[in-house]
Amino acid sequence: MKIRFEGLTKRFPNRNKKIKAEVVAVDHFTFEIPDGKLVGLLGPSGCGKSTALNLICGLETPTEGRIFFDEDDVTDIPAESRGVGMVFQSYALYPHLNVRKNIMFPLQNLKGEQKLTKEQMESKAMEAARIVQIEELMDRKPNEMSGGQQQRVAIARALVKMPRVLLLDEPLSNLDARLRIQTREEIKRIQNETKITTVFVTHDQEEAMSISDLIVVMKDGAIHQIGKPQEVYDQPANLFVAKFLGTPPINVFTGRIEGGKLLIGDEEILGKDYVKDTPDQEVYIGIRPEGFVLREGKDGALDGKAGVFSGKLLAIEVMGRDTSVVFSHGSSEIEGTRHRAIVSSDNRIDPDSEKVFFDLNPKKVFVFSKESQERLL
Amino acid sequence: MSANVEKQEPNRSPVIPSGKPSSGAPTYRKSSALTKLKSLKAWLYLLPALVFLGIFMVYPLIDVLVYSFEEGYNSASQTSFGTGWFNYAYVLHDPYFLQAVKNTFIIVIITVPLSTLLALLISLGLNSIKKLKEVFQTIFFLPYVTNTLAVGLVFMIMFKKTPYTDGLINMILSIFKAGPIDFIDGPYWAKMFVMCFYTIWVVLPFKVLILTSALASVDEVYYKAARIDGTSRFRQFTHITLPMISPMIFYLVITGFIGAFKAYSDEVAIFGTNLNSAGMNTIVGYVYDMLYGDSGGYPSYAAAAALILFAIVFTITVINLLLSKKTSIR
Ligand SMILES: Nc1ncnc2c1ncn2[C@@H]1O[C@H](COP(=O)(O)OP(=O)(O)O)[C@@H](O)[C@H]1O
Ligand SMILES: [Mg+2]
Repeated sequence: MKIRFEGLTKRFPNRNKKIKAEVVAVDHFTFEIPDGKLVGLLGPSGCGKSTALNLICGLETPTEGRIFFDEDDVTDIPAESRGVGMVFQSYALYPHLNVRKNIMFPLQNLKGEQKLTKEQMESKAMEAARIVQIEELMDRKPNEMSGGQQQRVAIARALVKMPRVLLLDEPLSNLDARLRIQTREEIKRIQNETKITTVFVTHDQEEAMSISDLIVVMKDGAIHQIGKPQEVYDQPANLFVAKFLGTPPINVFTGRIEGGKLLIGDEEILGKDYVKDTPDQEVYIGIRPEGFVLREGKDGALDGKAGVFSGKLLAIEVMGRDTSVVFSHGSSEIEGTRHRAIVSSDNRIDPDSEKVFFDLNPKKVFVFSKESQERLL
Repeated sequence: MSANVEKQEPNRSPVIPSGKPSSGAPTYRKSSALTKLKSLKAWLYLLPALVFLGIFMVYPLIDVLVYSFEEGYNSASQTSFGTGWFNYAYVLHDPYFLQAVKNTFIIVIITVPLSTLLALLISLGLNSIKKLKEVFQTIFFLPYVTNTLAVGLVFMIMFKKTPYTDGLINMILSIFKAGPIDFIDGPYWAKMFVMCFYTIWVVLPFKVLILTSALASVDEVYYKAARIDGTSRFRQFTHITLPMISPMIFYLVITGFIGAFKAYSDEVAIFGTNLNSAGMNTIVGYVYDMLYGDSGGYPSYAAAAALILFAIVFTITVINLLLSKKTSIR
């Protein structure tokens, strides 16, 4: 089932009663979540992700706008009738019920024609438990399980009614690093197996990038970009998206376009081929860590030619396959930033060098208007 | 040169400080001796408290047990005629005691469940209102900080029927073409009604306070999850709210039982000190009478009655605890 938003807006009165202005938690969402896909809703904490989920499931009512499930307008349908499954950040497993009873809980609510016999409920609960692979934990109480196991139970409970939409609010944030990676693969597998349209909320870009079919990047209630993870990474729409995606983060410098050249300070880093006929202006220049191509040797001039870009070498961190070259630069967007270039460990760098020299991969260089922060190149 | 090299050898195994492994065993032995010393110290610190507890709690309890088996004990001369079950036999055949037991049980059985249920309903109401919540909470808590003897007097005046006036309650009853009934000097059921009414009124505020905070402590997210799963309000209450606050309910029931079994002052507040003639005495009232009342001066009978009360309260509390364990959520 696809989900469509039309001008969906939610405003809250400010929690701080002294401030009159309302908080816009969700600001005019208009887009469509395609059927059977796993969509990652990504944004910093407090940007309105949970509110967006609550609007989809009906726990909150929108201030403006409509929500459609396929062609049905569900805006005014209460949460209990929408047929969605939700997994909360804290799992919200009922502590007094064992796993079996927790999973069966939604089924026991069914009334009238939908009412199931005890055997039917048991077998459906078993089926959901099988999908998340917790069959052997059915008699445990929530507090007798690890975080990862509780998480699976929460997913099984959300799945047991075969909802039309599965919503997950920061499902991994209470897990430790290793379990997080394991569980996110698991969520991907479950989604693949059930083909239920799934919306997954996270503030962790790596999480969103790794399992989403589509990511929606938002900030302050507004959508900044929608696209496939790789697309959004390769073609960020604005400075915020570029900065938010990628570890280590993108390196941002101030610079300008002047007469068909892209300049940082006095260094021309890219020429006419790249700049084309963009008008002269002040810009931000974002360079992905993998966009730097190291010039080997002392002063980067093995072949008598220095690179287009240079920085003051601070440290070299070898991490197996890759090496991080940490450097500073006079034109950083934020002064004193420790920039990072990721280069192959095959490169030879003299750790005593004062400066490092790089060439740049133009595909990894993004130029943003200083004024609007929108992408220019 | 400013450039430094970090993490040049990522796979190098960490250097183990050489002193540590060899010093392991002696450290262990030392710590075990240390624990002994520490626990000795702890007992030393506890000693004053233990001595006081022994003198003022354990000794009196044992003494009461001893008195209850000493026939005709006299506290002035510290003498008795002999030992045996005589005191228990006397008390158990005393019609005043039997009446007191009956009264106590009726009060317990009516007021404990009713007050808990009422408190739960009030707390649910308080929990669901948004505006003026604190104001209402304060109003419901006020009786807790007022003097119950004074309020008992007001209750008595409200319910009393005298040759001059029928009292407030009878005036209200007359609107419904009922009464007048003398609630204070009249039939047994009327007196018991006033007694239970008053007892519930007295114990209600504390229960409301405990239950409102118990209800507020149930995480909102459970209700959200339940709503999304289409759980009816009633099922949310029976399957989420009740189990989650059940430890507090059990706490209230257990302390409620104990409190109601030990009731005495509330009866005095309404019916005065001569409870036997009013037929409204309680077990604790009987114990008091045996010690200091007009018919007093019999510490042995009082001790026997007190121990019977202890046995009753103990049994009921054990049953309560067993039940609460069985239905406990954790
Ligand atoms: N019930 C509410 N009342 C007032 N403000 C709220 C409420 N819920 C959320 N907000 C505000 O809306 C904004 C978005 O919140 P939320 O959706 O929880 O963000 P996220 O889940 O992305 O961290 C925040 O500024 C938050 O303070
Ligand atoms: Mg949130």
